[in-house]
Amino acid sequence: MDINTLIAQFISGLSVAMLLFLVSSGLTLIFGVVNVLNFAHGSFYLLGTYFTYQLMQMFDNFWVGLLVGVVGAGIVGIVVEVAFLRRIYGREQEGAFQLLMTYAFILIIDDIVKFIWGPEYKTIPKPESLMGSLTIGDTVVPIYNVFIIVVGLLVVLFAWYFLTKTDKGKVVRASSLDRAMLGLLGTNVPMIMTLVFGVATAMGGLAGILAAPLRTVTPGAGIEVIIDSLIVVVIGGFGNFWGALLGALIIGEVLSFGILWMPELATVLTFIVMIIVLIVKPEGLLSKKTVGRR
Amino acid sequence: MHYIHLVARVIIFSLYAVAFNLMYGTTGLVSFGHALFYGVGAYITGMLVKATSPEYFLLFVILGAAGAAFISIFIGLLTLRLTGVYFTMLTLAFAQLAWGLTFKLYHFTGGDDGIQGIERPAMLVGGPTKYYIFSFIVVTICMYILWRVRRSPFGSVLNCARQNPQRITFLGLNVYKNQLKAFIISAFFAGAAGGLYAGLDGSIHPDMLHWPTSGNAILMATIGGMGTFFGPVVGAGILTGLEEIVGKYTEYWSFSIGVVVLVVVLLFPRGVLGIRRAAGNKNKEEKETEVVCNS
Repeated sequence: MDINTLIAQFISGLSVAMLLFLVSSGLTLIFGVVNVLNFAHGSFYLLGTYFTYQLMQMFDNFWVGLLVGVVGAGIVGIVVEVAFLRRIYGREQEGAFQLLMTYAFILIIDDIVKFIWGPEYKTIPKPESLMGSLTIGDTVVPIYNVFIIVVGLLVVLFAWYFLTKTDKGKVVRASSLDRAMLGLLGTNVPMIMTLVFGVATAMGGLAGILAAPLRTVTPGAGIEVIIDSLIVVVIGGFGNFWGALLGALIIGEVLSFGILWMPELATVLTFIVMIIVLIVKPEGLLSKKTVGRR
Repeated sequence: MHYIHLVARVIIFSLYAVAFNLMYGTTGLVSFGHALFYGVGAYITGMLVKATSPEYFLLFVILGAAGAAFISIFIGLLTLRLTGVYFTMLTLAFAQLAWGLTFKLYHFTGGDDGIQGIERPAMLVGGPTKYYIFSFIVVTICMYILWRVRRSPFGSVLNCARQNPQRITFLGLNVYKNQLKAFIISAFFAGAAGGLYAGLDGSIHPDMLHWPTSGNAILMATIGGMGTFFGPVVGAGILTGLEEIVGKYTEYWSFSIGVVVLVVVLLFPRGVLGIRRAAGNKNKEEKETEVVCNS
């Protein structure tokens, strides 16, 4: 195995990691700010993809589809939060009911997608400007993978700037620490929760759209991605934005190199990583808060 | 014929759901990995029948349940150190791990195809009615044991551990150990349900370990009413019925299940068996626990 293969594999792992990061950062934001484990996050990934597919059928332009897909996923997310999730906040044993409600949304949204677009495979071609590949030294890297990595890094940079440098970002961080206090200080907390939910689901949609040209588009795609993202979030720490980045990098590379060395057990490897993290440091790699009872 | 098969399915799912509810309804811990125990029970039973003869079917079901319970000791020791959503995720991870392994270990488990042609003992061959009566008897016995467990002092301790874990510690009892016991018992009967199902369908496949199977347990328990003993039985009936009736007309039956779950979560959080009680009223079991917990 030569060094070029390793580098190529590393870069493909990075693009997988960035896609995972886009999904799981939304998942972790929702958990941190809204305090909901959005099990249906993969369904928004799915919706984004299919909205884009539909738009591309009509206009044959990837970028228009991307825009509409992202906005569409975000809007559906806001509707779900306002119309349904909001009603069960603060209920006794809230966690179980959230799990059930978001699970119900998986069943509903996935079936609606299947109903509208059919169960068969769909393809979304890469935009023409991003076809072809780059040659760095002796390593050949598809341009589209580089594009995904760049988009992921841009999101990371923007999120870093927004969360740490702006007042709005400060409010979002505050709402994950003490919602009641923030409300007393005159902030419209429910509004923030709704907006965060919308932005996070839009990011899920973005991930789905970016991933679509690399994978096949099927109604089952959302479920595959949610399990991987949950692993990422658990590894990084629930509600920890930078943890999601670290977790995504770990899982992206584990998947990428796992396929190289043990193609049989690559998916099993990710669960093993998660189990080890949960046993050694249950609160996640980057979280300080201690959980558990001992 | 078809309907007897359906009823047998409801009966077996009931056992699975009630066993699951021993964790969920009593200790309040949401396990998202009960498919593991259900599947292990089914695989052990099925593979033993395949390897030997179907004459000792009942023994194999018990062995399957014991195997599930044995595995649950290790998983319980690790997962129960965590609570809340972390417990849920860790149980999910173990179940998915087992599912992945079942898939990959092709020569041992049959991989994707599973194992077909699991025969029933000569006594139970011929028409589904015999097997239906057999599973009805087995399930009834299991249910009775689970009922006794839930009504025992041990059951009260579990209930208290959900409502007021500190008090349990003050009473000199160990929350962790008691929950571990409940986890093992729950796994045992989930495994028994899996074994029975292997005999009913005559085949096993990796989907039995996949996470929707775990999710179904949560759905059945919640739809029926997690605070009651027989709620999960009602839930199993509703879930199987929906799948059957809606599935006859359209392939989009999981949509209907989603809607039912949504309605239950929003309007009847105590489940179908909890509808009659106005919100705030507590049933007998809850009252008793409260007395035990606060005295």
